[in-house]
Amino acid sequence: MAAAMKPPGRIPAVLAIAAIGIFSALLLLLHDRWGPVIVVGVGAIMLVAALKTGAAARAERSFAAHEGAMNAMVVAVFLGVFVALGRENFSLLMLCTVLLYGIACLGLNIQLGYCGVMNFAGAAFFGAGSYTAAVLAANTALPHLLILAAGGIVAGVLGSVLLLPLLRTRGHYAALITVAFGVLFRSFLEVNDTLGGPQGLVVPGLNLFGWSFNDPITVGGFKLSFYFNYALLILLLASIAFVMARRLERSWIGMNLDAVRIDEVAASTFGLNVPYLKIMAFVIGNVFAGVAGAVFAMMTGFVSPNDFDFSTSLVLIAIIVLGGIGNPWGILPAAALVIILPEKLQAIQEYRFLLYSLAVVAILLFRPDGLFPRRLRRYFPDRAS
Amino acid sequence: MSGDVVLGCSGLTMQFRGLTALDNLELDVRRGEILGLLGPNGSGKTTFFNVVTGIYRPSAGEIRFESRDITHSSPQAIYRAGIARTFQRSRLCLPLTIFDNIMIGNHRRLEQGLWFNLFRRGKLRQQFESCRDEARELLMTFNKALGSQLASAAGSVNMIDRRRIEVCRALIGRPKLLLLDEPSAGMTHEETNELMDDILAIRQRIPDLTIVIIEHGMTVIERITDRCIVLNYGRKLCDGTYAEIARNPEVQQAYLGKS
Repeated sequence: MAAAMKPPGRIPAVLAIAAIGIFSALLLLLHDRWGPVIVVGVGAIMLVAALKTGAAARAERSFAAHEGAMNAMVVAVFLGVFVALGRENFSLLMLCTVLLYGIACLGLNIQLGYCGVMNFAGAAFFGAGSYTAAVLAANTALPHLLILAAGGIVAGVLGSVLLLPLLRTRGHYAALITVAFGVLFRSFLEVNDTLGGPQGLVVPGLNLFGWSFNDPITVGGFKLSFYFNYALLILLLASIAFVMARRLERSWIGMNLDAVRIDEVAASTFGLNVPYLKIMAFVIGNVFAGVAGAVFAMMTGFVSPNDFDFSTSLVLIAIIVLGGIGNPWGILPAAALVIILPEKLQAIQEYRFLLYSLAVVAILLFRPDGLFPRRLRRYFPDRAS
Repeated sequence: MSGDVVLGCSGLTMQFRGLTALDNLELDVRRGEILGLLGPNGSGKTTFFNVVTGIYRPSAGEIRFESRDITHSSPQAIYRAGIARTFQRSRLCLPLTIFDNIMIGNHRRLEQGLWFNLFRRGKLRQQFESCRDEARELLMTFNKALGSQLASAAGSVNMIDRRRIEVCRALIGRPKLLLLDEPSAGMTHEETNELMDDILAIRQRIPDLTIVIIEHGMTVIERITDRCIVLNYGRKLCDGTYAEIARNPEVQQAYLGKS
């Protein structure tokens, strides 16, 4: 046990991040029938081995001890994978989707993971951002940066419709209200002809300060996929969202949100303004989802009601639960699992959803708190406290 | 004891449908005293705390704290006015750290703005460090060993230390009135004694602090209270020093039944 006393070095975390990066790049690069299946199989065995031998726990401790450097390394690995996938449209699109769902989930995690507000209408707020971007980009000359912000604002404002019923109900009842809202939102999109009805809307590509995102970049005669542009922007946005969510957690507000989730009566006895904190968490979370939705619309160039149905909301919640409720770092691997795995298991055809569901059940069976359970709060972790 | 009244209740009534939990209660708490609140189960002691702290709205009557009417104030406003409490059944946030649990009680002295918390990290850090030192010092007056455990989960310590954390949570915000709801519930004899030492130590440290304590153990009451009030069916049965109330035949009857 002497080893546990000494602060852990960087190596375990560096190895773990590198391994996950190589694994993901391999998975995305292989397009033959059985290659991805083999990679997934090997990856699963390695993951179980890492969990069983304590290597995963060691990597986690090492990560926690050198957080700043490791966060930077994750960004670097993402950039590396982007470059490796330089011309692969579909793989880059999938990675971008993972990151955008990740941003939305960071928002929902503030609601559910910190404050305890169940939101089963995540896709509706994501969709509100998407449709806002679609309408504004097609019909106005607003700078696109403002349009992305508008996506967030509209989602935040739309969420305020739900505030009153949400504050008056608790637990399952509050959750049901958000379910109803999600269904309502989709139905509204389907019957509203101005918003394209069931056919949806075409969205112009993103253009920031004269940089047209839909034109591929050429580096030294090598033409990269136009999704590469989006990937860079989305990585930047995801990093900002992550830092903001982390700072929120590691502040007095984060502590208050936790107190509200765990015991509302005790919280209000000590002066915490419970409704205000719930509203704050709910609105911030929806803004995250809205911004992610706006980028999603401009990236895919097309929005339709089907992208924002109840099952998408469930996927968002599943990502949070699978990753470890309340842990922002759990979101990325979980999002990758939920979005990439079914696509890459094409070889086993119809059975892939069965296998994928079994994987989710197995994870929750053996790790009921998710892949990466949340750890205790540290306010300023990089220095000794 | 000065006669200065910190908390005064008149005609205080709390009804839940047909049940009258507090019945026209008249009760004064004087500055700096330790007042014991006694009475059989269901006599309205905890209800009284819940009404004072704003969790329940009284059906009738008036509560004055430092000559301000707080009858219809929110729990938040009452906390800010300077009343803090502990709960009979522990209401710590067990998944959070001991430090977080104590800081929940420090709410009114912590900067709550969103901008401050997200973007003024340097200032937040200063506030965090001074709070951490203060919490550690407070905790160590109760149990030296707890001082090094600020960053551990509150759920990882034993029952008596959890109670101590609850008391620290109530004290860190520097209240003027501390309400302790059966702090010895579920503890052994020795633990109870230790906790009472702690409460007397608080008294030494902060002589101005007024404490109302709900207790069943008569030796405890005898040892730490200056004055006792006995409730029965939501009414005040009698009021006096421990020796006086212990001799009171009505009290004996309420506790032991008619003989």
